[in-house]
Amino acid sequence: MSENSAIEARLRRLLLEGMAGDAAAYHRFLDELSAYLRAYFRRRLTRLPDDVEDLVQETLLAVHNQRYTFEADQPLTPWAYAIARYKLVDLLRRRADREALHEPLDDELAVFAASDHEAADARRDVLKLLDALPEKQRLPIRLMKLEGLSVVEAARMAGMSESAVKVGVHRGLKALAKMIGGAP
Amino acid sequence: MKTDEFVSLLAAGGGAVESGTTARRHALAIGWGGMGAMLLMAIFLGVRADIADAVRLPMFWLKLAFPVCLAGAAFVAATRLARPGARLGQTPLALVAPIAVVWAMAAYALATAAPDARGALLLGQTWTVCPGLIALLSLPVLVGTLWAMKGLAPTQPILAGAAAGLLAGAVATAVYALHCPEMAAPFLATWYLAGMLIPTVAGALLGPRLLRW
Repeated sequence: MSENSAIEARLRRLLLEGMAGDAAAYHRFLDELSAYLRAYFRRRLTRLPDDVEDLVQETLLAVHNQRYTFEADQPLTPWAYAIARYKLVDLLRRRADREALHEPLDDELAVFAASDHEAADARRDVLKLLDALPEKQRLPIRLMKLEGLSVVEAARMAGMSESAVKVGVHRGLKALAKMIGGAP
Repeated sequence: MKTDEFVSLLAAGGGAVESGTTARRHALAIGWGGMGAMLLMAIFLGVRADIADAVRLPMFWLKLAFPVCLAGAAFVAATRLARPGARLGQTPLALVAPIAVVWAMAAYALATAAPDARGALLLGQTWTVCPGLIALLSLPVLVGTLWAMKGLAPTQPILAGAAAGLLAGAVATAVYALHCPEMAAPFLATWYLAGMLIPTVAGALLGPRLLRW
């Protein structure tokens, strides 16, 4: 088995386990994916190195929010590559960096070609963006993130139902993606 | 926020995910949109008066099969274009096949008709209103299919919008066929197709604006 297909098999299994409800597998999936994304973006944003970490987070958020478009009968590599490339092109378009758009197209295997665990600091602080969210979305996200609480604990702390906490986190992360991308 | 903290945040917001969302959203769009088109047709146009006789003619079913086959192929195209990295595969072929069949039937009908009857086969009685009415009926379906697409993850917004538009147009045409009295293949090959292409082009134009995520 080549290295790429070994990565594909491992990450795909972690994502599918995560989508079946295994939080630890999902955490590992996102963690490993972020390293591949970082290496991928770093090689392609040589002129915008400060944007790499923002784009990694933005792409992770997109992967998370749209993960239900991944179906068990499809390979992971083209899915992850298509999202990474979409977010990359989106960023370049926003930056109106015409030159960078002319970089040659690469093939989808490039997305898992290298892995980079050394995160630079993101320029944009997602936590600050959270302040713009309505209370019932911000509170569950803050409790679960900052305090590291479970859904049950966060629900008790916030005085909300468990499903309201889940809906709040879900909607909040969707709204966050919109704020970051400036999508209409 | 550091990326590893961000990953923890996302993982905490995880949980089990239902599968089959893509097909479900599109099916919902067609269900509600198709019902809207059916209501518009029934209220403002009316089902053709001779429907009881028409259902006995093979041409009536062929006329219905044309948009239904296109809707099926457009459904597959739309659900694939809604998912990152999904390949279209043989779908373009399935889109072209119904059009090729109807065009072949139209060519045969025109070739075997008397020269002075050809104009009537092509234009029928209603060619001036047919594409416009199909486009109008497609509006509720188009709202639905674009909504379905918007909640998914299309990475090629022009194509995704076009597929959503064609799906809406084909569903609307199947509904319109219950009203429309035309039965000649040259008419269907021209004006039904033109009617379906209006929402297709509209979808392609709207895609890049509406389908960002």
